[in-house]
Amino acid sequence: MEWVDTHLWTIPLMPLLGVLVHIFLGGTLGKKLVGILACLLVFISFGLSVVVLLRLLELPAEERHLLDNFLPWIRVGAFSADWAFRADTLSAVMLLVVTGVGFLIHVYSTGYMHDDPKYIRFFAYLNLFTFSMLVLVLASNVFLMFIGWEGVGLCSYLLIGFWFHDLNNATAGMKAFIVNRVGDWSFLCGVLLLFWSLGKYTGTYTVDFYEINRLAPELPAGIALAVGLLLFGGAAGKSAQIPLYVWLPDAMAGPTPVSALIHAATMVTAGVYMIARFSGLYLSAPDAMMVVATVGALTALFSATIALAQNDIKKVLAYSTVSQLGYMFLGVGVGAFSAGIFHLMTHAFFKGLLFLGAGSVIHGLHGEQDLRRMGALKSKMPWTWLTFMAAWLAIAGFPGLSGFFSKDEILWQAFSSEHGHWALWLVGFIAAGLTAFYMTRLVVMTFYGESRWPEHAHPHESPRNMTVPLAVLAVLCVIGGYVGVPAILHGANYFEHWMEPAVTWAAGHGGAEAAEHAAELGSHGLEALLMAASVGVALLGIGIGWWMYSRRRDIPEAAFQRWPNLYRWVLNKYYVDELYQWLVVDNLLRLTRLSGRFDLAVIDGAVNGSAWLTERVSAISGWIDNTFVDGAVNGVAEVTRAAGGRLRLIQTGRVQQYLTFAAAMVAIGVAGIILWPSIQPWLAELWSGAI
Amino acid sequence: MLTATNILSWITFTPLIGAALILLLPGRKVKAIRGVAVLATALSLLFSLVLLSRFDNAGRGITEFQFVAQRDWIQAFSIQYYMGIDGLSLPLVILTTLLSFLCIFASFGIERWVKAYMALFLLLETGMLGVFCSLDLFLFYVFWEVMLLPMYFLIGIWGGPRREYAAIKFFLYTLLGSVLMLLGILALYFASEPHTFNLPQLILTSSQWSGNLIWVPYFWKIVFVLFFIGFAIKVPIFPFHTWLPDAHVEAPTAVSVILAGVLLKMGTYGILRVNYPLFPEAAHWFAYPFLITLGVINIVYGSLCAMAQTDLKKLVAYSSIGHMGFCLIGMAAMTSQGFHGAVLQMWNHGLITGQLFLLVGVVYDRAHHRDLDGFGGLAAAMPIYAGMVSLAFMASLGLPGLAGFVSEALCFLGAWPVFPASTALSVSGVVLGAAYFLWAFQRVFLGPLNPKYEKISEINGRELFTLAPLALLTVLIGVYPMPILNWMTATLNHLQEILGVAGRGM
Amino acid sequence: MIPATHILAVGAALFCLGLFALLSRRNAVAVFMGIELMLNAANLNFVAFNQARPEALDGQVAAVFVIMLAAAEFAVALALILSLHQMFHCVHLDEADEMKG
Repeated sequence: MEWVDTHLWTIPLMPLLGVLVHIFLGGTLGKKLVGILACLLVFISFGLSVVVLLRLLELPAEERHLLDNFLPWIRVGAFSADWAFRADTLSAVMLLVVTGVGFLIHVYSTGYMHDDPKYIRFFAYLNLFTFSMLVLVLASNVFLMFIGWEGVGLCSYLLIGFWFHDLNNATAGMKAFIVNRVGDWSFLCGVLLLFWSLGKYTGTYTVDFYEINRLAPELPAGIALAVGLLLFGGAAGKSAQIPLYVWLPDAMAGPTPVSALIHAATMVTAGVYMIARFSGLYLSAPDAMMVVATVGALTALFSATIALAQNDIKKVLAYSTVSQLGYMFLGVGVGAFSAGIFHLMTHAFFKGLLFLGAGSVIHGLHGEQDLRRMGALKSKMPWTWLTFMAAWLAIAGFPGLSGFFSKDEILWQAFSSEHGHWALWLVGFIAAGLTAFYMTRLVVMTFYGESRWPEHAHPHESPRNMTVPLAVLAVLCVIGGYVGVPAILHGANYFEHWMEPAVTWAAGHGGAEAAEHAAELGSHGLEALLMAASVGVALLGIGIGWWMYSRRRDIPEAAFQRWPNLYRWVLNKYYVDELYQWLVVDNLLRLTRLSGRFDLAVIDGAVNGSAWLTERVSAISGWIDNTFVDGAVNGVAEVTRAAGGRLRLIQTGRVQQYLTFAAAMVAIGVAGIILWPSIQPWLAELWSGAI
Repeated sequence: MLTATNILSWITFTPLIGAALILLLPGRKVKAIRGVAVLATALSLLFSLVLLSRFDNAGRGITEFQFVAQRDWIQAFSIQYYMGIDGLSLPLVILTTLLSFLCIFASFGIERWVKAYMALFLLLETGMLGVFCSLDLFLFYVFWEVMLLPMYFLIGIWGGPRREYAAIKFFLYTLLGSVLMLLGILALYFASEPHTFNLPQLILTSSQWSGNLIWVPYFWKIVFVLFFIGFAIKVPIFPFHTWLPDAHVEAPTAVSVILAGVLLKMGTYGILRVNYPLFPEAAHWFAYPFLITLGVINIVYGSLCAMAQTDLKKLVAYSSIGHMGFCLIGMAAMTSQGFHGAVLQMWNHGLITGQLFLLVGVVYDRAHHRDLDGFGGLAAAMPIYAGMVSLAFMASLGLPGLAGFVSEALCFLGAWPVFPASTALSVSGVVLGAAYFLWAFQRVFLGPLNPKYEKISEINGRELFTLAPLALLTVLIGVYPMPILNWMTATLNHLQEILGVAGRGM
Repeated sequence: MIPATHILAVGAALFCLGLFALLSRRNAVAVFMGIELMLNAANLNFVAFNQARPEALDGQVAAVFVIMLAAAEFAVALALILSLHQMFHCVHLDEADEMKG
């Protein structure tokens, strides 16, 4: 078991190997082997994760973390970020979710993607995603986490646009990536501020999560708040919270297993995980937590209302995911980190299952996604129906199922925690009712009532490799909540105690103190009351939904007709996409065009203008040159030529004449030399002016 | 054969020897010419790897060099043939030899006047290597100009439709810069006591000069600015950048690669090599607010302009402007991280943009245009090519785990403690970078396949061969950049000492 | 012993005769003979001056050298005259005024 202490890197290595094999050898191996290999490698990772879990269980609670620093990455000056993986109780949960649910979805995909021509590539991407996600959850420092953080974003981009021959899918992928990048802008600024502020105020330069959480209380409150908000900006991008949630519904353009794995179970929860990772930091910035909780609660409510009116089965689930992510943020925002992660885990089970079930339905109906053309599928697809029921009840908060425990935990903490507030609880409470309602609507419209699919559709149950994962997830949906049964129901709340070492810091600790706080608040009675209320609202939502959509279809119709504008607003998601398009995208495009033109016209214009000016000036100076300067030169040439004309006469071409001249000159010269002594005094007098 | 004193001369002049050999060959023996060119660049690359293996990471650089070769050249003006390298120039020498070697292969598509092309290309390589190795300012200037001329011909003869305009623009613009630089060099020469062009000596003695020229008001700042403009044009720094898109667009692929991969680095290299150590006070005066502002403008404005382009190559060219902005903010901050980031960014930009231009060349060779809106769905027809492009795009937009991220992150990290607000603004470059690269990718590769390109051929073996080493290095550096960072640490620390900011960022 | 001045006088006379022939004769062969005369006048002077330093043979060596030179020059001159004859069909120097300006 101790072997794993220094071999944490083997966990992400497995899917990475898969990526390399698929890319370079995929063609030779063939579809079948690639599918088996992809699943097998993720399963090995799952096995290793279980080993990590067991290893952690061996250790005493407060020592439950393993650090494996195996390679320096960037070390410059005071900055040092290494390839260092840490497995603690928090990342162990994430590891199990990512590899476990991931494995099931891999298996499911072998069936779902069976006839796709890009089967091999799909598994390469899927393995790459698993690798990135594992790096994300294992990273011991924030920069290394950023590799996984962006890596999953890349895979999300690639997989949303997997069927890129339809430009809409490609655009959805691009939108996802760019919106995420907006969040990353904020995130990076937060990290930079955090790094240097820690150095400045505590003297320790570090990007290691544990160090940061340990030192965070020493940061000035304002800086801690700013860091908290900036980091939350990144989380909002990745986890689709207001105002950056808009990419997630569009992301449903990807294949359904992708929606299940990336856009429900794992990647989108990375933001929640990140906040939980920074729990120490957030605990020392209560105002930032308040913002996180508020945004989470509002998102939960806001997207739940949108989900009410969507007709695309995947869109409903997408908005539901946004809403559930809001719950998780509500949880971590009120300091209930373990409750948030608990909900993250159960959500991975039931939402993964819902998406896979929806995929099975879509598969069975040959690609049909519109709820209005489904119905009465219960008998045609019994396994899908049965498992879907479990997930539905779980997400609706039916007592005893996994979603009930986790959601209730969050709501209770939202009410009772020292960071909580009754208004937060109320928003979450209403959203819970809406959730139950729209999920029931979905279930009824899909599986019950009259069949609205065309005659020739012939819906059929999916193959075994798709239904088995459904069954496993359904079991998890049902029993997954029992690891965190709260004390009030005489449970040990094992999950909370398990999480404690990873979220307990000098600045306070998540989760456990709520119980004490509740004790101060007075009573188990209150908790029981609130629990009863949330059970009540869930049942109410289910009941109304069932009644309305199976018996009285006229009521929603009438409501739509009564308030057509309201309906249109909700159906069109409150026109937020249009608002962003108008406010941000169009203006940005305008700005880019302006820059482009400015560059051409002004900057380059100045360059070309100066070139033009030089040309003009040179033309003028050329004229001057030709007229005056060259005139002078030509004048000299003229004179020379004229003189030459005269002088040529003495060139007779006769050698003897030349010789005669030469001889004469020599003679004169000789005479001169002979006569010089007698001439020289005379010349000297002449020079001096004596004569 | 290779000794500590002659290795740099071998590296620098091996391509020149190759050029001479090529001139001796008859022009129709294309294969032989290419062979000689490959051999010359391969030898130069090999020598530079030998250099690397013998390089001492602990050498302090800036004023104390390794592998020094020093001979009198023109004694009357105390001009020397003085070569040497340190941690600042070593990465760039290796980058140059590597890219030149690969570019020879990328130039195999050139059919016209291969002899002249290859000879000029090799001459260009000698010029570039000379710039990075020379330590005598006069020699530096000579190499600087040696490199200019072949570039002019390479763009002007083998370029695209507007090649003459682009070549002349490039030539005049760069010449303007080098004239200002020459003025600066002469000013330093006449101000120094005793007169010298010897760079380390200038750095070491400049504080003791008293007489000639120093009395000129703001002497240091003026000379700083003279050099700076000369280098800024090369980087290029806004607003001296408009030669770049034209030159890039018109130049043949391999020349674009060299232009972006190596020539731009000479600007930033020059600032770090000459401006910073020679004029520490002026550098501080200039870094804030000028250099940081220019850096931010380069990033934001360059990215915005990139997004506005419809020509793929122009887009890459503008992205270069943005990416060199990261170097600038790292340099302006003068922190350890900033300097490391800036130098590494030079390297990475060379690798990544080299790939980008090679990739643009691949599609241009097949489709004969580069209009972003004229393609569509190419990923279906050319999956391997699309994969290579997406790798290069991702590296360029700074995906963590690839090379670009390491240097960008270091630049941001370095700049933050000195200029937090400007850095926060520059980080928007990661959003804009993602936007224009993905948008371009979508327009070229995604969507339904344009029926015109149904039969377009996949990237071939030669092209993959030129790309693969760069792609591999991009991944390796992204995962494990320490070896390269270690080359430069001692030198950059020394540079910080000279600038009087020792320990900033430590 | 004949005094040097006498010999020099003969030499000078000979030189003047040669010069006169050189300048006045039209026939190229005669002009050439004039040149020969002048060379030999110079030879005479060399030998005469050698009297002053009999232990050194340089004057006589110069004379021998000049004789040898004259022989070589003779060959060239004959070739020139022949080609002159080929071009102008006579050897009159007045006819060869191609270089007239």
